[in-house]
Amino acid sequence: MIGRQPDENPAGIHLPLDPLPGHTSRGRLERVLRRGEFAVTTELNPPDSADPEDVYNRAKIFDGWVDAINAVDASGANCHMSSVGICALLTRMGYAPIMQIACRDRNRIAIQGDVLGGAAMGVANMLCLTGDGVQAGDQPGAKPVFDLDCMSLLETCRIMRDNGKFLSGRQLTTPPQLFLGAAINPFAPPIDFRPYRLGKKIAAGAQFVQSQYCFDVPMFRTYMQQVRDLGFTEKCFILCGVGPLASAKTAKWIRSNVPGIHIPDSIVKRLEGAQDQKKEGKQLCIDIINEVKEIPGVCGVHVMAYRQEEYVAEIVDESGVLKGRQPWKREIRRDDQLVAERLDHILHDEITETQVDMVKTAH
Amino acid sequence: MSETSPAITQATLVKKAAPKSDYKPADVSPQRRVQRSFAVRLWSVRHSRLLEWFYARFSDMFLALHPLWKRIGYGRVEGPIKFVEKRVKGFMFDCRMCGQCILSSTGMSCPMNCPKQLRNGPCGGVRANGNCEVEPDMPCVWVKAWEGSRNMVHGDKVLDVQKPVDQSLRETSAWLRVTAQAAAAREAARNPPNPGAPA
Repeated sequence: MIGRQPDENPAGIHLPLDPLPGHTSRGRLERVLRRGEFAVTTELNPPDSADPEDVYNRAKIFDGWVDAINAVDASGANCHMSSVGICALLTRMGYAPIMQIACRDRNRIAIQGDVLGGAAMGVANMLCLTGDGVQAGDQPGAKPVFDLDCMSLLETCRIMRDNGKFLSGRQLTTPPQLFLGAAINPFAPPIDFRPYRLGKKIAAGAQFVQSQYCFDVPMFRTYMQQVRDLGFTEKCFILCGVGPLASAKTAKWIRSNVPGIHIPDSIVKRLEGAQDQKKEGKQLCIDIINEVKEIPGVCGVHVMAYRQEEYVAEIVDESGVLKGRQPWKREIRRDDQLVAERLDHILHDEITETQVDMVKTAH
Repeated sequence: MSETSPAITQATLVKKAAPKSDYKPADVSPQRRVQRSFAVRLWSVRHSRLLEWFYARFSDMFLALHPLWKRIGYGRVEGPIKFVEKRVKGFMFDCRMCGQCILSSTGMSCPMNCPKQLRNGPCGGVRANGNCEVEPDMPCVWVKAWEGSRNMVHGDKVLDVQKPVDQSLRETSAWLRVTAQAAAAREAARNPPNPGAPA
């Protein structure tokens, strides 16, 4: 008997899971969330290379600590390997990627094609974003497309999945089975509109949302209170975005240069006062996780540790959000391992048989 | 966010390497460059309730004139109406002639002035002072839209999910389209199709 992990297709790790009632996708993330477990997602730093090993190596450090990995779509309008490409590689290895789709670079024709392509490659989760403006990135001369916006993109994906049709009404032969996500930013003005905007996203098709970096827990708590009062927590899984700050200097730089990330003074002060700012940044992240996980309606955390990916495992471990649960991990199958153990010596035995010896032993 | 000095990003390097000249355009996005100051636009948002009331009367009048438009021919009136519409709405709202006006659902703040042309609400990049992520000196179109919608009688239309823009309708008259559609709807309501009749 070969012991299997939960949420794995017995016929092969790269294959979609069996459909379950009440589930719209055949992915792992939806199962984890619908079971009521506290989910952990993270973000893969996309490589600037054409080598698949770069993607595999970057995904490997999350093994056994996260339920899904976001494949970013040129975040910050900087050129990197495409999210479709990353997702294609990750699904081959059995990971559960969340394919981010930004409206900045592609029009509705390209996006609908990518949704089908991604779904065909086994991508079960898609995150619909508007995307940063081109002026923020390394190619400010590019043409901003913004043909759809995050809301109409969500609706488009939902129509493709539920009605089995393109936006034009043309029929799909096999609709994509998707778990649709969106982003929320409770920390940017207009603050009173933000909870209603989540309602709009749910109406458009969002089933889970990941928030922007949360550094101001009281503000997030107020937002969650409003969201609960509107009854949105029953219709949508909310994952809170968290991440470690490398230093007080970085925090100040992000605050003044990255729009949409709100860092209160108390956080900067706490970092400045610390001996080892990097360690304090990590501890701060763990403290925030421990606070937000107690807020009713928060179903998981989205750990964004840009260029500090090696800390994700430590942060998840030390915060104890998994409560002893181990997310799916890429493992060698037990029978393969048995064969490998028995025959491994072949590779290492230093027996050089000459033909003369072979003739001698044969007699 | 990197290990080294956080101020040096790829974008900074690219900007530094860009050729320098004495002429530096004031604004970042082309959208912003074709606009004047936004004083009038902000006035319109502040008076969204008045404009809502006025527009309701105005569209009724246009609908009442439907037989006239039809007699002259919608194709023939399109030119002059579009001329007036473009200038009036251009002055009041910095209209971009998308041809599918949703001002009454967006608190009288034209969403096409957003550098990302968002029609469903603000992006996550709005600055703490309520200004645009792309254009630091411009108040976010959607912050204003939310304020404007709160003054309006049917302000909750801001919560409706809007369909994507049909780009093929750009530079056409939204007034005439709305009027023709309303007239067709009125016609259909007056003569309900006979359920017994063959289709």
